[in-house]
Amino acid sequence: MSELAGNPISPPTPKGIRKPKAAFSVGRIPGFAAATLAFFLFLYAPILLLVVFSFNGSNSATIWSHFSLDWYAKVAANSDIQRATLNTLIVAGIASVLATALATLAALAMARGGRFRGSQIALGTLLLPLIVPEIVIAIAMLIFFTAVGMNLGLGNIIVAHTVFCIPFAYLPIRARLDSLSPVYEEAAQDLYADGWRTFRHVTFPLLAPGILSGLMLAFITSVDDFIISLMVGSAGSTTLPIYIYSLIRIGITPQINAISTLVLLISFIFVSLSWLIARRSEKTP
Amino acid sequence: MTDPARLSPRARHTALAPALLAIGVFLVLPLLLVPVASFMEANPWGGVRPAFSVDAYIQVLFEEDFTGELVFNDAYPRIVLRSILLAAVTTLLCLLAGFPVAYVIAMQPKARQGILLLLVTVPFWTNLLIRTYSWIMILRDEGLINNSLEAVGIIDTPLRLLYTNGAIAIGLVYTFLPFMVLPIYAAIERIDRSLIEAAHDLYANRRAMLRRVVLPLAKPGIAAGAVLVFVPALGSFVAPALLGGGKHLMIGSLVQAQFGASRNWPFGAAISLILLAAVLAVLLWQARRQSRGEGLQL
Repeated sequence: MSELAGNPISPPTPKGIRKPKAAFSVGRIPGFAAATLAFFLFLYAPILLLVVFSFNGSNSATIWSHFSLDWYAKVAANSDIQRATLNTLIVAGIASVLATALATLAALAMARGGRFRGSQIALGTLLLPLIVPEIVIAIAMLIFFTAVGMNLGLGNIIVAHTVFCIPFAYLPIRARLDSLSPVYEEAAQDLYADGWRTFRHVTFPLLAPGILSGLMLAFITSVDDFIISLMVGSAGSTTLPIYIYSLIRIGITPQINAISTLVLLISFIFVSLSWLIARRSEKTP
Repeated sequence: MTDPARLSPRARHTALAPALLAIGVFLVLPLLLVPVASFMEANPWGGVRPAFSVDAYIQVLFEEDFTGELVFNDAYPRIVLRSILLAAVTTLLCLLAGFPVAYVIAMQPKARQGILLLLVTVPFWTNLLIRTYSWIMILRDEGLINNSLEAVGIIDTPLRLLYTNGAIAIGLVYTFLPFMVLPIYAAIERIDRSLIEAAHDLYANRRAMLRRVVLPLAKPGIAAGAVLVFVPALGSFVAPALLGGGKHLMIGSLVQAQFGASRNWPFGAAISLILLAAVLAVLLWQARRQSRGEGLQL
């Protein structure tokens, strides 16, 4: 970061001799590096502040007194939070696996199915959950569940999240498929592997990083979802974001910071893992 | 080119069916029910009564006065207008803050670009509610800004920062910034470096280089970023709910309220159709740009 912000504009070399890195400094615009530094501060300072105050010893979420883990102890002992955490993990676990399975099949069909009539419509449908505003998705599903009388508590949320997470799983899997060279599959077929064996022993292992990456992104999307769970859920199906929302409406305490920090930690771990998997697999075919 | 790894049409349809069926039944069908619900009577205990009614649409523009006459009521048009305005301001601020970042990242060596892009996207994957909550801590009366200003003695009474339109705008910018940076980065990263060097040689002035070379070539990225920010900002619910304090409603919060405490589903459905229409208009604009070859080819 320091290098990014502090790199001086390279002076024009009088003899027309360019240093090797000159191509990068040519495009340098005064003030842009500072703007970038400010941008990252703006992006991370609030989150950092929230984490810091989760360790605050006093009752205040904004005035620091001393370091303490009291709020985490309170969170750990709170049975409502335990139930909400369990609900969140059940929903995210089932919905992300279902969404990833559906998305993997769809990605294979779209990437390896050749051109076909209606492929644009199929793609549009797969990405529809990303296009329609979340609040509209939420109320549409609420109207639907009410109309058909489907009242499964957590089940409703699982169904809603599965559908909502499909594009989040689809995109990384599709990207991986598109970057795979077909030569491996061709080689397998030259060696008389049938379609299934080619998939089982060649395509799938090569695709695995994309699937894993998609699974993680679908999982986080489900863990973080608030609006759909709020509208579709019922009294017994409180998830963590809904619980946090109800706490915020009551009043600001460091306890909210402590739960939030734990949820942030889950997201950070999964995003980083997903990124590392995607990056490592870039180096393999 | 023959592709031996190609699926047969039958296999393709079998593989596509489950996902399309799931989205069709649990999203497309529900979306089709929204206009249906908007033409029904409200059930005061929530839900709808199966009777045709256009009350929901009348309520968007009119209210009954004490004599039972319908008079024009600007409350809801104002909320729609405020939402559009806030989303537009958010888009503009995101562009101003995001463009330099996208440019700087695109000019870095490849290896560093990856980690910087990760830093831009990580907040997107963290909980929206929590990110918005962190701004309550900063903006409220006993928050970071007011406490600091009081501590140095600049102010005696806290400034009203939370529960304002400005607070909502900050929250929205904070939420949607990555959506602006990524497509602009993608557009700039594709610019041939020698063009920038040539511009540098010819125009000498960096501002002219930016205006005449980078900006025109980054335009598709800017347009894509503007759509990606404007569309979700217009329908957002969390920022107005937490930072607007229920006083400064946006379309999203209005919709949520009708399906929550207000229990007027047809009205909520009608309002969400207005939101959907606005979103569709923006997306069609973008699709037309793309078909004219001005769009960002992802």
